[in-house]
Amino acid sequence: MNEHPGANLKFVSRKRRVREDKRFVTGTAVFAQDVNLPNMKHCAVVQSPYPRAKILSIDASLALAMEGVRYVLTGDEFRANANDMKFGLNTPEVKWYPLAVDMTRYAGEWVAVVVADDPYTAEDAAELVEVDYEALKPIIDPEQAYEEKDRLVHPAHGSNVLYDGHFYWGTVDEDFVAAEERLSYRVRWGRSSTVPIETFGVVARWDEAVDILDVWASIQMPNYVELLAATLRIPLNCVRLHQDVDVGGSYGVKRGIKHSVIVGYLSRLLRAPVRMIEDRLINMASGDAHGPDRIFDTQVAFNRDGKILSLKIRALDDAGAYPGRAPFQLAKPISAIVGPYKINSVQYDAISVLTNKTGQVPVRGFGQSPTNYMIETAVDKVARHLNLDRIEVRRRNFINHDEFPYQIPSGSKYDSGDYHTVLQKALDAANYDELINRRDAARAEGRLAGIGIGTCLEPGGGNNIFEYLMNPSAEITTFSEGAEIRVDPDGLVTGVVGTTTSGQGHETLVATIIGEELGIDPDDIRVVHADSLNAPITRSPVASRMAIMLGSSTAAAAQKIIAKAMKIAAYNLQEPEDDLEYVDGSVFVRRDPVRKLTWREICFIAHKAYHKMPDDMEPGLQAQHVFQVPGGGQLPDESQRVQIYPCFSFQAHIPYVEIDPGTGHVKILDYAIGHDCGTMINPDIVRGMVIGGLAHGIGAALYEKFAYRPDGQFESATFADYLMPSVYEVPMVKDVDHCTPSPLTSHGQKGSGEGGYLGAPAAIASAVNDALHPMGVSIHELPMRSYLIENLLNGGKTDP
Amino acid sequence: MTDAIHIHVSINGNTVTDSVIPRMTLLDFLRYKAGMTGTHAGCEHGVCGACSVIFDGDPVRSCSLLAVQANGKSVMTVEGLSNADGTPGTLQEAFQDAHAMQCGYCIPGMLVSAHALLARNADPSLEDIKEAIGGNICRCTGYVQIIEAIQLAATRLREALK
Repeated sequence: MNEHPGANLKFVSRKRRVREDKRFVTGTAVFAQDVNLPNMKHCAVVQSPYPRAKILSIDASLALAMEGVRYVLTGDEFRANANDMKFGLNTPEVKWYPLAVDMTRYAGEWVAVVVADDPYTAEDAAELVEVDYEALKPIIDPEQAYEEKDRLVHPAHGSNVLYDGHFYWGTVDEDFVAAEERLSYRVRWGRSSTVPIETFGVVARWDEAVDILDVWASIQMPNYVELLAATLRIPLNCVRLHQDVDVGGSYGVKRGIKHSVIVGYLSRLLRAPVRMIEDRLINMASGDAHGPDRIFDTQVAFNRDGKILSLKIRALDDAGAYPGRAPFQLAKPISAIVGPYKINSVQYDAISVLTNKTGQVPVRGFGQSPTNYMIETAVDKVARHLNLDRIEVRRRNFINHDEFPYQIPSGSKYDSGDYHTVLQKALDAANYDELINRRDAARAEGRLAGIGIGTCLEPGGGNNIFEYLMNPSAEITTFSEGAEIRVDPDGLVTGVVGTTTSGQGHETLVATIIGEELGIDPDDIRVVHADSLNAPITRSPVASRMAIMLGSSTAAAAQKIIAKAMKIAAYNLQEPEDDLEYVDGSVFVRRDPVRKLTWREICFIAHKAYHKMPDDMEPGLQAQHVFQVPGGGQLPDESQRVQIYPCFSFQAHIPYVEIDPGTGHVKILDYAIGHDCGTMINPDIVRGMVIGGLAHGIGAALYEKFAYRPDGQFESATFADYLMPSVYEVPMVKDVDHCTPSPLTSHGQKGSGEGGYLGAPAAIASAVNDALHPMGVSIHELPMRSYLIENLLNGGKTDP
Repeated sequence: MTDAIHIHVSINGNTVTDSVIPRMTLLDFLRYKAGMTGTHAGCEHGVCGACSVIFDGDPVRSCSLLAVQANGKSVMTVEGLSNADGTPGTLQEAFQDAHAMQCGYCIPGMLVSAHALLARNADPSLEDIKEAIGGNICRCTGYVQIIEAIQLAATRLREALK
């Protein structure tokens, strides 16, 4: 693998249109809410107004009396006929039902579902369902929840602690004794999420003739059909997810399993298709799509030259009332717990607690973005403490380009990287020397100006062993991905994607790689999304994994096609395979290229001319390949050291901000970013992911928050309260790429879907604190909303 | 239940006639009565712009209008931006060339806002473009490629007039 791929590549890394885009610009894409079946029924939910309450009674008689209302489902009925939804931790008494049973556990929790002929009627009827509650005092603060013995979110569980894990990698205590300096700090990552513009939607239909539950859903998650089948007590091969439905954004959160089991259950009961589309208020309050909400208490041991020796980290995460896969977001960071730095040892205490808030689900980066914010804060603090340059401290601690593969204390082996070069490229793009002059000139004029420095590692393509780390009864050691390529008798090629897509460009990925391998123009290749009963093995497009996993499995399947073509050609040309060469579909005799078999001839023979095929060869021309996660597959060792992710992308972020001293408002005036995800399959897709992730990170850094009052009431149910960045909040980013190929993937590619979001919050916090530094204050909680900064500037304090 | 009201609306040049309940939004009318599913619900309270359509020449939020308000009016949706033969128009081509999208969900609204801009301003500045799409939230792209696409479309449209 060379450092600068391109010369020998025809389609990979070349600018090409993204094939998915046409259906979006013409308005012809089909999203879940565009699936409209005959006799389809519609759902509306009844929500609990209390964050914690006993349900005394539910009276649906008035709702049921309304014309057009077909059914009202309660938690009691669901529990009697289906299972609770399992999420992977070994906490059997934390039972999660789609509708509250006996008690409600957060404000907005679903208590009943009304089914009607149209959505307007369903919503009217939902208001007529009368529920009697006995309100109870909720537990809202995560630190209190950790200590609390009596006020429990799930009383049968015996505490509010879901997970309390302790990891100790290397000579932490010795390093802390030996270090010349030590410091400690607290940072807080606020409760935010990804908030796609499409809410979650699902349509289900039970087909009695074939015993299949057909599902169309706005879904992006692994194990979805498994969870549906297990919860509804039906065999796994009775669930058919139609994966050609476009998903209107996800970045981790489109996991409407509770919605799906409700419509699955109802469609079978009512013998009619049933649809549930969240409205925005439901989506925000009770769609169970909140993200990490995390407090870090960190100690750093370092020397006076800026070299960091060791970290002691305590992470306390507020999972809300029903944790889904949330706690595992404390485990992914183990794979890059020291970021891009050579840090000798780490202690990591990871705690997940239950509170009376909406449930948390995986969000872009799976917990790595908060963790990166904590790590980068450490580096900035070390630099400030020693009065050293923040960039120089990073350079002194970076892993060097010639030290890969590099194993960090937690056992993770980084595949490749060139952090010094990428940081330098970002500094060059930022015009760093001029940027310093600009900042200092602004300061001289009395303005608050700051430059941020932030880097991040993006682990991609993991093997799911984090689940075992937190639940040793789950011996899951792979997270493989399959590809399928079919060649028809005319020689035309179709690739099969086994999962839904939510903006990642999987069809373009597959077409580009098949085209590259087979030497066929990708525009001539069709790519389809199979339904889940037809599909190759998939674990879904999470964890920045599809370029790594689907890309590599597709390349391997294409090589199987070529291998078969070579055998057919060798037989017909009566030459040994070693003397033949495959070039763009045709197979030539190397020493006599006039003698050849064309692609069309090979494909015809494979499908129809059995007499021209080698003995015992299977007819047809198609191939499947299932790619195993590189370097993975082993359980952790006795020191809890483990390889979870194979590939590690890197980014360096350089934002420039100014703060209005009157209002505390932060304005990002410039932003440069250097990124390295190895070989880019499609540069436009990578660029979009990088900048889009960065914009998402701006939101997490400055604006977005699911806020709760101390009494547990939810305050951020609309876009006017939650605050996502508009075009005015995102600058025209200067982006520059670099390529350090991964040795572990088909073309050197790594993941790129998360890095922007991993780096931006840390970098913007760095910039804000640089701007605040002359005022003698600093802020250590996200989002850094204006009022917090205004308060700081007026002599107040923040308490992260 | 209030009686249905009979309305006729010109949608992308074709008149659609139907009976609607008075509280039906224009968005639901377009999607579920007129079959124009390219227009999408986002926030449903006028913040995100995903449901934007051109209403008698101006971009509006179809989630915040009632279908009955469109009686006798003309509406253009994303489907109306394509050429008569169904091929993508200049703006839609530019969005593809710049890869100005990912999940594509907000893009119909974004295209409608950009179309309204270019209809009145053939040579928009960066600030003009920001103002035009300032009420359209995109979660995927970070807007940079969207701005580049609108600039590309403006250039192409001006060149086509030369």
